[in-house]
Amino acid sequence: MNPIRVIESRTVLLPRENIDTDQIIPARFLKVTDKAGLGKAAFADWRYGPDGAPLPDFVLNRPEAQGCAVLVAGENFGCGSSREHAPWALHDYGFRAILSTRIADIFKSNALKNGLLPIVIDAASHAALLAAPGALVRIDLEAQTVTLPGGAVVKFPIDGFSRYCLLNGVDELGFLLGQAGAITSYEGAR
Amino acid sequence: MTTPATPRTLLQKVWDAHLVVAETPETPAVLYVDLHLVHEVTSPQAFSLLRERGLPVRRLDRTLATMDHSTPTLPPLADGRRPYVDAQAEAQVAQLATNAAAFGVELHGLGSEAQGVIHVFGPEMGATQPGMTVVCGDSHTATHGAFGALAFGIGTSEVGHVLATQCLLQRRPKSLAVRVEGRLPAGVGAKDLVLAIIARLGVGGGTGHVIEYLGEAVRALSMEARMTLCNMSIEAGARAGMIAPDDVTFAWLKGRAKAPQGKAWDEAVARWRTLPSDPGARYDRELTIDASSLAPMITFGTNPGQAIAISALVPDPAGEADAAARASLQGALAYMGLRPGQPILGQRVDVVFVGSCTNGRLEDLREAAAVLRGRTVKARTLIVPGSMRVKRAAEAEGLDAVFRAAGAEWREPGCSMCIAMNGDRIERGQYCVSTSNRNFEGRQGAGGRTLLASPATAAAAAVAGAVADHRTFAEVRP
Repeated sequence: MNPIRVIESRTVLLPRENIDTDQIIPARFLKVTDKAGLGKAAFADWRYGPDGAPLPDFVLNRPEAQGCAVLVAGENFGCGSSREHAPWALHDYGFRAILSTRIADIFKSNALKNGLLPIVIDAASHAALLAAPGALVRIDLEAQTVTLPGGAVVKFPIDGFSRYCLLNGVDELGFLLGQAGAITSYEGAR
Repeated sequence: MTTPATPRTLLQKVWDAHLVVAETPETPAVLYVDLHLVHEVTSPQAFSLLRERGLPVRRLDRTLATMDHSTPTLPPLADGRRPYVDAQAEAQVAQLATNAAAFGVELHGLGSEAQGVIHVFGPEMGATQPGMTVVCGDSHTATHGAFGALAFGIGTSEVGHVLATQCLLQRRPKSLAVRVEGRLPAGVGAKDLVLAIIARLGVGGGTGHVIEYLGEAVRALSMEARMTLCNMSIEAGARAGMIAPDDVTFAWLKGRAKAPQGKAWDEAVARWRTLPSDPGARYDRELTIDASSLAPMITFGTNPGQAIAISALVPDPAGEADAAARASLQGALAYMGLRPGQPILGQRVDVVFVGSCTNGRLEDLREAAAVLRGRTVKARTLIVPGSMRVKRAAEAEGLDAVFRAAGAEWREPGCSMCIAMNGDRIERGQYCVSTSNRNFEGRQGAGGRTLLASPATAAAAAVAGAVADHRTFAEVRP
C-alpha cells in the first residue's frame, strides 16, 4: 500500500443519503477471484443504462468530474454489505477520499485497509462542500484536517492506528503477525 | 479494567473474554475469533494473500466453509453439471474448493448434506455457540448473535487476517439495548418486529453499536425467529445483534454435530448461564418498543428502514421536514413507482421470493406453507430452502408438495434471489415481495423493485398477486 499524506483534488458530489454497497458495486460484479479493474463496475447501475451506454446526466459521466479523487456523499455512505469490492472499486476508479456526515462501520473499516480515506465531517462543513460542486479541497492526513472551499480548515477524526498505517503504507496483517506470541499464550490459557 | 463487581452486559462479557491484547489509545484490541465462516465470494483474495506471504491457516479447527452466493439453485443437469449462471460463477465456486483443499479447510460444498446459506449452515452444524466470537466475510453474520455470540461481518482483508492469525484488530463497539416489551400479536413475527425496529432506528441509527435485544417478546421467540431478528441488525447499521442464551438456545443446540457432548455439554451450559447481562449493567443507548402495538410490516422504499404496517399508506415526501430525507423519500418512491398516500395493500406483485439467511429456515417455510396450502399462486414464486438440512426436513413433512401444488418453484439451497448473483433474479420494473433482508435498488436484479416482508406476508402476496394481509387469509381458507 502506498503511503498517504495529502490529497488535493476537486470534489464530485453524490448528495443522496444511504448510498449502499449494492449501488457502489452491484452484486453481479462480485464473482471475481481477484480485485483488479473493479473501477469499471463502480456505481455501474447509475453510470450505465440497460444497454451499457454511459448515462450522460449522471454526475460521474460529466466532463468536470473526470480526475476528481474526492467524493462528497450524503449521510450514511456505504451501508449494507461487507463486500470489500466496494472500496476496491472506488479506489480503482480513482477516488482517494470519501467525505460524509456518517459512514457505515464495515465500509469504513474496509476503506481504511485500501488507501481510501473515510472522512466523517460535521453537517455545516458538509453543507459547504455540497454548495460548491467541483471545489478544490485539501486533505492533510497527518494534521487530520480538511481545507474547505472558503479556506476554513476543519479537523476530522480517524483511528490513530489506521492513520499510522495509512501514513506509512503498512498493513495491519504485519502488526497482527507480530502478536503471535500473545496469541499463542492466549490460546494456551483457555 | 472492569472489576468483577461492576455489572457487565452480554457484549462486555464476550468482548472481555476474547481480548488477546487490550486496546490502548494508540492501538486497537487484538480480539480472538472462535469461529470463522468462509464462503466463495469474499474469500478468494484472502487465500491469495496467504499464498503471497507463504502463510498457513492458523486454526483449521475454527474455520468452516460452505458455498452459497454464486451457486445455482436449479438441480444438476442430466450430465451431472450444475447450471451456473456463467463461467465466472463456476470458477469462483471451484476456487473455494481448490483453496479449501490446498489449505486444509473443512468445506461442505455443493452436493454435501450440510451445504447451505452460510448463516443457516453454521448454527445447524452446532458450530455457533453462546459466548463465542464469530466472523465471516458477510454482513449478515449478525445472525449468529441469536445464540449470545458476538458475531459480525468483516471485509476480505480481515478474512485474511483471521485465516492467518485467528485474530482481528478492533475497537470496542458501543452498546444499544432494544427492549421489546409485551407480546407480539397473533400473525406478527420476528421479521415484522425487526422491520419495525429498523424503521424506528433508521438505516444508520445503529452505526458504531452492537444491539442487545431484550424483553418479554424477545424471550418468547424461537431460535429461528431470534436468528431472523439478529440477522437484520446490520440493516440498522449495527454490526452485530445479540440475544442472551437461555433454555431455548440450549435445547436447540444440544446434540448438534459440533456442539459439546456429554460432560463437556453440562460444563458448557453452566458457563453459558453466566453470559446474560448482569442486573444494572449500563448500555450506551436504549430503545423501548411495545410489541403489542405491532402489525405485519412491509417495505415500500429502497432501504430496509422504509417500512410501514401492511394496512398503512405510502408516506408523502411533502410531510418530511428535512430536505435530504425528503429527497431520499422522493427518490425511493420514483424508483419504486409508488404514489404518496396510496395503500400498500393491493399493490401489484409479479414475483415472490421465500428464502435467504433471514427467512430460509424450516419454521419460515412452514409459515409460508400454512398460507399456500390448498391455494394457487398468481405471481411467480420461488421457494429456496436455506440449506440441504432444511430442504430434507421440509420434504420429510411434505412442504415441497404444498409448494408445488400451489404452483411455486421448489429449489436447491442457496442465497438465490436475495442477492441475485447466481442468475435467480427479477426483471426491470417487476415488483417482488421478498423474505430477504435488502430492498436496495437493483438488489434482486437491475431495475427490480423489492418489498421486504415475512414469509406469511410473502405467501399471501403470491396467492393474491398483490400485497395482501395474511391474517385475513387465515379466516377465509378455501
